[in-house]
Amino acid sequence: MPASDQVAHATPDPTSATPSATATPALELRDVTVRFGGVTALSAAGLRVAEHTVHGVIGPNGAGKTTLFNVACGFLRPDEGQVVRRGETLARLRPHRLASYGMSRTLQGLGLFDRLSVLDNVMVGADRHGRSGFLGTMLALPGATRDEDRLRERAMEALERLRIAEHARRYPPSLPYALRKRVALARALVAEPTLLLLDEPASGLSSEEMDELAALIGGLSGEMAVMLVEHHMDLVMKVCDRITVLDFGKVIADGSPAEVQQDPAVVAAYLGDDVADLDADTGPATDPATPTEA
Amino acid sequence: MQMLSRAWRHTLVRHATLAVLGLLVAVVVLMSVDDFRNRQLTELAYMALAAGGLTLLTGINGQISLGHGAFMAIGAYTTALLLQDPETALPLPLVLLASLLVALVVGVLVGVAAARLHGPYLAGATLTLAIAVPGIARYFSTTLGGEQGLRVTSPEPPAWFLDALFFLTGTEPSNSQYYAILGWTLLVVVFFLLANLIRGRVGRRWAAVRDDEVAAELAGINLARARVSAFTVSAAVAGLAGALMAIQIRLAAPTAFELTLSLTLLTAIVLGGLGTLSGAIIGSVVLVYTARIATDVGTAQGLDSIAAAELAPLVYGTVMILVILLAPAGLVGSLLRWRAARAARGADRRTTPPAARPTDPHHPDGPADQQRRPVATTKGDQP
Ligand SMILES: Nc1ncnc2c1ncn2[C@@H]1O[C@H](COP(=O)(O)OP(=O)(O)OP(=O)(O)O)[C@@H](O)[C@H]1O
Ligand SMILES: [Mg+2]
Repeated sequence: MPASDQVAHATPDPTSATPSATATPALELRDVTVRFGGVTALSAAGLRVAEHTVHGVIGPNGAGKTTLFNVACGFLRPDEGQVVRRGETLARLRPHRLASYGMSRTLQGLGLFDRLSVLDNVMVGADRHGRSGFLGTMLALPGATRDEDRLRERAMEALERLRIAEHARRYPPSLPYALRKRVALARALVAEPTLLLLDEPASGLSSEEMDELAALIGGLSGEMAVMLVEHHMDLVMKVCDRITVLDFGKVIADGSPAEVQQDPAVVAAYLGDDVADLDADTGPATDPATPTEA
Repeated sequence: MQMLSRAWRHTLVRHATLAVLGLLVAVVVLMSVDDFRNRQLTELAYMALAAGGLTLLTGINGQISLGHGAFMAIGAYTTALLLQDPETALPLPLVLLASLLVALVVGVLVGVAAARLHGPYLAGATLTLAIAVPGIARYFSTTLGGEQGLRVTSPEPPAWFLDALFFLTGTEPSNSQYYAILGWTLLVVVFFLLANLIRGRVGRRWAAVRDDEVAAELAGINLARARVSAFTVSAAVAGLAGALMAIQIRLAAPTAFELTLSLTLLTAIVLGGLGTLSGAIIGSVVLVYTARIATDVGTAQGLDSIAAAELAPLVYGTVMILVILLAPAGLVGSLLRWRAARAARGADRRTTPPAARPTDPHHPDGPADQQRRPVATTKGDQP
């Protein structure tokens, strides 16, 4: 695992940024439709996430972004359509099998285990690398103890990478929000996924913290493909290689950040909010994430 | 010195040392007190054992059980049946093992059903169990003895045990001392195994499922498997506790396993602090001894024995209310919390002051919880 200071390059190597159309994508969603009673949360939405790219998914509130993630993770079975991971159709995906497909996800909320220490939280994330079984653990056999040491080591590395190692023994509720978000990220990263799904990792972060996050995400594409749902447009425009725009459950645009920004359909979809939101230079002051109750 | 502290950090070394020390102290104490105290300490051992199993289920895995007394009943009746006829009685270790296994099997079945239930539904289902099991014992009066229950022919201490203790202490242990030493040995061994589970990968998964099932599932944990395994282990331990109880009171009868027993266990773990084994012991101590003391004080004050016995629940209730008011995390839980808070303050002094955001409404990003955007419709518990 590279040290934290190596992570700072935000632009990944250009060959991987423009994937050839023929390569097998890390994840492909084919014509996914999800209905909740009368609400069609996703309607024939499709996208391809190429290996080693950061793929943004944006759209106004309620556009279906989290639903899309839930389908990709097996929390929701789509009414129509398929989830294809590296060419393999995941027909009966269950969330607890996700890790074994090399996928990891952070939740839109925090989803931390509040009564486990920060270290234990991250060790749960590392669990898929564990080998010890029930009897070994119960009898504290040497193999199980070594296994436990290895998991702890991995977890500590992940905590160091996110520079929260000194909080390893603390409990999440005692940490400031930004640090808790990092714990959640460490827990997702420690599984060493090859596809990472981040649902609004920047919500609640200050602009410096967001810059740090951007550097981190940019650096991740060397190791894995990243799917990023985010409302902070400056972050999205900075780190994403490709962006899919959802509106009312439909894909209305798909392309490079520059293409998407100029797309008239996208501009129209965001008119309800504020066209300026799509401008990558907008500071956090006019951030679309700030609640704008109409 | 450094080597010692490194070894101490190893789960096995730490837990094994505590277990051996605990056992030594227990044997010394049990050999030096009279039969009356030994019987009291045996009661403490089986109550703490069952409370420890329940701690794992409710405290660590977050599944409530209002019916754990039922698994004790299953263990007790198994023991009684196997020890009925002194001629054909199995050796004690096999009897204990069988009681544990029968409770374990029932635990798997109930656990599979329980894994689908939450909160009040789970409470209701386990409550039914607590009421049904004594009912079943009453119904099958020919095999299970009905209201009278089954007499238990408690086994005599084996010769090697008498010899060994005579060699160590110079006195022959009485039967009461034998059961007390048996009980405390089981308590120490089982708690050693449970502590290993809780500290290790298995317990971490149980706790993760308790705290956030969506996140746990995403981390690769099979929720159903985690819940059923916690239920199974917990039921097996309760079965063993029930076997010990039957040997001690020489009887397996429905009245001993009414709902009160299940509620007493739950009270014990709440008193001690949900989620720690030491809390289970302390909670059991408080319950077993407050009951005695209350009854004794009552008799000394001139109450007749029935009225004196009724003081105990009153005292339980008062202690429970005091603990909930003064130390909501339970006795051990509050101590741990206080220590964690002190450690956190220390850590903050060493590093930068914590950002003020989570609760500070003046921070540019607003307080963490208000950061969530309003959504059009309720999403239920969608991840
Ligand atoms: N479990 C559910 N039951 C009913 N409706 C749902 C459910 N989950 C989502 N929806 C609806 O589906 C639509 C898409 O929701 P989703 O959470 O995917 O949006 P989103 O793009 O993630 O929004 P946000 O930016 O607010 O997180 C919304 O109209 C939402 O109300
Ligand atoms: Mg969402």
